[in-house]
Amino acid sequence: MLTVLFDGVAYGALLFLLAIGLSITLGIMNFVNLAHGAFAMLGGYVAVVMLNRWGVPFPYCLPVAFIVPGLAGMVLERGLYSRLYDASPLDQVLFTIGIVFASIAMASYFMGAQHQIIQLPQILQGQFHVFAGFDVGVYRLFLLVFCGVITLLLHLVLMRTRFGSRLRAAVDNGRIARGLGINVNRLFVITFGVGSGLAGLAGALGIEILDLDPVFPVKFLVYFLIVVAVGGSGTVGGPLAAALILGIFDVAGKYYVSQIGAFVIYAVMVVMLIWRPQGLFGRKATR
Amino acid sequence: MGSSPTNAPAGVAHRIRYEGEAEYLRAAASWRVPEFVFWLLPIAAYFLLPRQLVLLSRVAVMGLFALSLDLILGYAGIISLGHAAFFGLGGYTAGLLAQHGYGEPISGLVISGFVAAILGFATSFLVMRGADLTRLMVTLGICLMLMEAANKMRWLTGGADGLQGIAVSPILGIWTFDLFGRTAYVYSMIVLFLVFLLVRRIIRSPYGLALRGIKENERRMHAIGTPVARRLVVAYTIAAALAGISGALLTETTQFVSLDVLSFDKSAEVMLMVVLGGAGTLYGGIIGALFLIVAQYLLSGISPQYWQFWVGIAFIALVFLARGGLVGLAKEGVTWLGRRGRSTSS
Repeated sequence: MLTVLFDGVAYGALLFLLAIGLSITLGIMNFVNLAHGAFAMLGGYVAVVMLNRWGVPFPYCLPVAFIVPGLAGMVLERGLYSRLYDASPLDQVLFTIGIVFASIAMASYFMGAQHQIIQLPQILQGQFHVFAGFDVGVYRLFLLVFCGVITLLLHLVLMRTRFGSRLRAAVDNGRIARGLGINVNRLFVITFGVGSGLAGLAGALGIEILDLDPVFPVKFLVYFLIVVAVGGSGTVGGPLAAALILGIFDVAGKYYVSQIGAFVIYAVMVVMLIWRPQGLFGRKATR
Repeated sequence: MGSSPTNAPAGVAHRIRYEGEAEYLRAAASWRVPEFVFWLLPIAAYFLLPRQLVLLSRVAVMGLFALSLDLILGYAGIISLGHAAFFGLGGYTAGLLAQHGYGEPISGLVISGFVAAILGFATSFLVMRGADLTRLMVTLGICLMLMEAANKMRWLTGGADGLQGIAVSPILGIWTFDLFGRTAYVYSMIVLFLVFLLVRRIIRSPYGLALRGIKENERRMHAIGTPVARRLVVAYTIAAALAGISGALLTETTQFVSLDVLSFDKSAEVMLMVVLGGAGTLYGGIIGALFLIVAQYLLSGISPQYWQFWVGIAFIALVFLARGGLVGLAKEGVTWLGRRGRSTSS
């Protein structure tokens, strides 16, 4: 029971890292970005290539898995996304689905359709026994601590720095923020890059837990959307709570009622959306 | 809409307004030459391309599916990422009927359409709540729920292996489904044409006008007294029924149905067909289906990943280059030619 809870929390922390970028970018630009998972997948594959083909140690892979998707995100943002801010949601949906499809095709072309397997460093393997009925996987504990630190950092940046207050202003009301001389577009590029980078980092951290394969962007699309929809935008707390609840529900659902499987998650999402279709999003995210 | 004198009795005002409208609708409903030509093509294809009839039946099925999406996407302006839910439900309904000994095709279509309509009606209320992003997620969620359910109910649906042992009886007891797909082709083309007539009738009616009005400006439609929610519910239900029929048609013509019909890819694919052909143009979905399926047939020989990559690129290119889709491009081309013709003659 406690083990399931612990695994759920670790899983949720990972989901938070995956989705936080999307929740902020969606909050600022109101852009329906279904391709967020593609950046996470990119990070995952960067780590796989470095670990398995080049033999780079795991700790060194993580920063690269952050930087590469982050840069890719910024380039795509400047080149393509920024042209569609004023486009209809349908255009945004089509465009981002296009990116999803192209990235899936490229991933399976270059990396093959199989699940990727990586060798974790010795120190992160195994599990230890806390007391009867409660075993803690070392890697999951590591994940939890790692994500916890990053969450704290994000929270501090968002709440204590000038950049953070500008960002919050842009999420709350982009037009007025612009009027006050905040360069929302530049803010957005940076946020988009960092958000994509964090997703990539989470993709790299979650290679084993999330089963990295080419259909990753579609497989986890719903999870991102749930975190964003339930958590709202502009804070760290909302998406974090949403991600943890989702993680616990998902792990528990698969553990206790495996014959129903992912059905639980989809049902939870639909119920949540029907319960509070407007209020769940940030103030800006609904037109 | 003509302005009616405010002091006239309500009945008179209505009559005045409706006369102008009726004329407009009648003009819009009349058949034009290109439309006749378009519907002569499938007949010509039957004789000219006898080896490609299986492929062309697929075009008819997907064209029908795209037509149903066009009704809500192109006319009512509802973005759905889960339209495959109804396609799949129709497909499985027809498959299960045939598997359990009820293989009569035409009533199978009707029953499947009806079952999909029930789901469409029930879920339309969920879809009506919230704005575009919420709708996206609700439609996607419902479709995924169905897929997961079909996946887990192995005893009923065969799970990931698909539904086996579908035996469809001859149409009207006369025409059996042959190996070359001749019957399947004629059957699916006729169904497509009949449904097309129905949809054409719907969108060129006052109701269709109201739908387009809602897409253009929902608030204003509220203001002029249109029951917006009710209009959208009806549109969504009809679209669900038609998608169900197209799914059933796929099952009956291929005698097989698998989880693939409920996948996210299916929803995305049909959306691409509609937008590629031109959303809200009635013919766009069918043309998009034809284009995409033929392209897939030609390209997938090289490699399936290759195909998916180009589908992705097509999505991106469409957004940036061809907003009106193929039909839009064709219209632009015609006006361009017309303008050129006029300038050279003068």
